[in-house]
Amino acid sequence: MSLVFAGVCSHAPGITGRAHLAEPAARDAFYAGMAQMRAELEAAQPDAVIVMAAEHFANFFMNNMPAFAMGMGKRYDAPIEDPAWLGIEKVQVPGNPELSKRLITEVMQSVDVAFAEEWKFDHGIIVPLHFLTPRYDKNIIPVNINCQGPPLTPLHRAWAFGDALRRACDKVTERIALVGTGGISHWPATPDSGKVNWEWDQRFMDHWCRNDKDAMLAYTDEETLRDAGQGGFEIRTFMAVAAAARGLGKILHCAPIPIFAVSCTAATMAVV
Amino acid sequence: MSLYAMQKFLFELNREPEVQRRYKHDREALLETYDFDEEEYRAVYEGDIGKLYVLGCNGQLLMHFAPLLGMPWAEYIQAMRDGVRNHGPVRAGVYAMTTAMDEKVAGV
Repeated sequence: MSLVFAGVCSHAPGITGRAHLAEPAARDAFYAGMAQMRAELEAAQPDAVIVMAAEHFANFFMNNMPAFAMGMGKRYDAPIEDPAWLGIEKVQVPGNPELSKRLITEVMQSVDVAFAEEWKFDHGIIVPLHFLTPRYDKNIIPVNINCQGPPLTPLHRAWAFGDALRRACDKVTERIALVGTGGISHWPATPDSGKVNWEWDQRFMDHWCRNDKDAMLAYTDEETLRDAGQGGFEIRTFMAVAAAARGLGKILHCAPIPIFAVSCTAATMAVV
Repeated sequence: MSLYAMQKFLFELNREPEVQRRYKHDREALLETYDFDEEEYRAVYEGDIGKLYVLGCNGQLLMHFAPLLGMPWAEYIQAMRDGVRNHGPVRAGVYAMTTAMDEKVAGV
């Protein structure tokens, strides 16, 4: 079939782990945006969901850090975090190794991607799934772009990866959904946690919604670190989704929630 | 400074229940397997979040150490501030503190 759904969302662990500390109206408005995203994903009737996250040293470390990695497991354990801390119980999420293998084989025609039959999900994947596939009954294919351990994956390579992923999705018979997670500006897991650059976030999401490749690829890591924090490096996943979907984006929700440490975002993009 | 060793320890601690068990019950033998200097060893051995933060440990690795130590989120954030107050600015990495000491942007 082809790619049938594309979207992006936040994945910060506070979204579930510190839900009780958030201002209820702000929290519930974001959760409603995620519910709408879930409804659109389900309406697309995907056979599998590719979740492209910026993982946080759950599986990949500086002893062997790939620029790109895709999961090829039969099942995946989650979360790596303490369940009480994250607010998500331990669960096994189904995969589809045979489908993964076909997708990876095609992606490799133009982008060197690592693959992994073992993969433990951290909040980068399981927080979005908690909202989007809460029964954990969809086959998931995890993807990682290195947004954590410098030297980071170059932005133009993240774009090329998204393009390759689209080509791979179009070659398989299954209906594929793609969700990118992370971003936008944030300074997570430090005393700065809660700080966001709202103007920067709005400008980036405007570029993303217009699928303005040149504007998105014009960011530099030096500027992103200065203006959007180390968490801003995760815009790579949003860019790769834009490269794959090729359409225009629609914001379902985007607003800062400081105790969640990020401008909480849910957005979809037309697949054209 | 062997920031790599400290972060490798945190990576393995976060992933592996057996490493978590050994940190609780067989700490000295576990930590002998890592190439720490004395300052790093003390910080890891004592679960000194503030010192580990100042030494440059990536927050995405460090934040999981806090629940293992029984430390709630607000205490974890404060421990890092206290680390900067007591030991000076973050010495390595990209997780430096950019807010003021009493600027609690998320209320904690």
